[in-house]
Amino acid sequence: MDNLSVDHLIGIKDLTEKDIQLIFKTADSFKEIINRPIKKVPSLRDITIANLFFENSTRTRLSFELAEKRLSADVINFSASSSSVKKGETLIDTVNNILSMKVDMVVMRHPNPGAAMFLSKKVNAKIVNAGDGTHEHPTQALLDAFSIKERLGEVAGKKVVIVGDILHSRVALSNIYCLQKLGAEVMVCGPTTLIPKYIHELGVKVEHNLIKALEWCDVANMLRIQLERQDIKYFPSLREYSMQYGLTKEILDNLSKEIVVMHPGPINRGVEITSDVADSKQSIILDQVENGVAIRMAVIYLLAAKIER
Amino acid sequence: MEKQVILNEKQFELTLNRLCFQLIENHDLFQNTVLIGLQPRGVHLVNRLKQKLESIIQQPVTCGALDITFYRDDFRRRERPIIPSVTNIDFVIEGKNVVLVDDVLFTGRTIRSGIDAMLAYGRPSKVELLTFIDRRFRRQLPIQADYIGKTIDTLASERVNVEWKEIEGKDNILLYTPEKNSNG
Repeated sequence: MDNLSVDHLIGIKDLTEKDIQLIFKTADSFKEIINRPIKKVPSLRDITIANLFFENSTRTRLSFELAEKRLSADVINFSASSSSVKKGETLIDTVNNILSMKVDMVVMRHPNPGAAMFLSKKVNAKIVNAGDGTHEHPTQALLDAFSIKERLGEVAGKKVVIVGDILHSRVALSNIYCLQKLGAEVMVCGPTTLIPKYIHELGVKVEHNLIKALEWCDVANMLRIQLERQDIKYFPSLREYSMQYGLTKEILDNLSKEIVVMHPGPINRGVEITSDVADSKQSIILDQVENGVAIRMAVIYLLAAKIER
Repeated sequence: MEKQVILNEKQFELTLNRLCFQLIENHDLFQNTVLIGLQPRGVHLVNRLKQKLESIIQQPVTCGALDITFYRDDFRRRERPIIPSVTNIDFVIEGKNVVLVDDVLFTGRTIRSGIDAMLAYGRPSKVELLTFIDRRFRRQLPIQADYIGKTIDTLASERVNVEWKEIEGKDNILLYTPEKNSNG
């Protein structure tokens, strides 16, 4: 089989359906490996990977780091808060300094949309986008779709609703691309102020009523309200948002069918989703986290195969 | 490619039977022995051995399949990535006698990866190697088989294919020799 059609993972938009299926197939094997007594393979022992996090992250950074270590890569970590970025260094300078230490791959999270794309054109290393501002978060979308496939057997033909702050969410955009490429139907749901104006151009349905959206879907992906990215007030209060768009056990139990509940984390319990829903049998939130490691191992492994010796 | 039959259907069957009896000689009723086939082609051989062994000793024989993709030493030396197969080892190998099984032993590199991959599951008390075809004098690592179906001398440019009734429609072993370049 061929390798990925891309040299970097910048966004799902650049991937073909075949690429996504290849990543899933490879991730299946890695999922088996991370459930073994010895959860490590030696494939990448001659590769060094830098994790550059210019923005806060817990889950994604740990997940990437674990994925890299389970592939036996050497790992260096960098976070903006404790670095020379604070002293005025540019992105290119920071990265080139790190690459002079012979780094083969860079996993980067950055607050600016397009930062990963910019870097991939300027430096000689494989780039994996771990989230660039409000643009894309490709590995999250891959692990979400992988988790849907694992739970429902298939992604094609399934109906997925993404609920919440679509406007500020890179997870939403990557998810829309990924699910559509795999043949799923996508709907977004949230207050008008948090739905991008031209979203219909992506071919998604828009619904402002949570109950109607949930009745339509097979899977609901509940997003967090990204208060840190909101420069103005988009809704009167968190309490009001929660009453309109929060998913409770009562709503879930009153639906005509059983749906799967997802959340990319971090959860604000009691805002977009209540504790009893997050911890219910219908929730696959922790499966998503486990699959995250397998998916990231697959992405790194397949991109590393493209590093020239 | 010029094609030559190394083992025909009848010889294939005889050789398999002999391998089974050799295994039984050393492992009795397989109480403490497991067979592990290397993916992808060693697994067919394990399945056939299991069938035969169980009908001879009338006892279940524990068998597994091991994928070695991520343990290979030629990662990034290949044009295309190898697509991994399934590993299926649902038993403990700690303290067991393990017989690694592959269809063709050539450079020894696959077996080296196989040993590495297997050790991720525990520490067996003893490991042996069974191969259907041994392409001797072609080894790149100091690895030898304990049970050999047939030993053959080959050139590095030649290819040996073990074909199975359930996959290719016929049990036999073929040697492919590249034709000499007519352009000189």
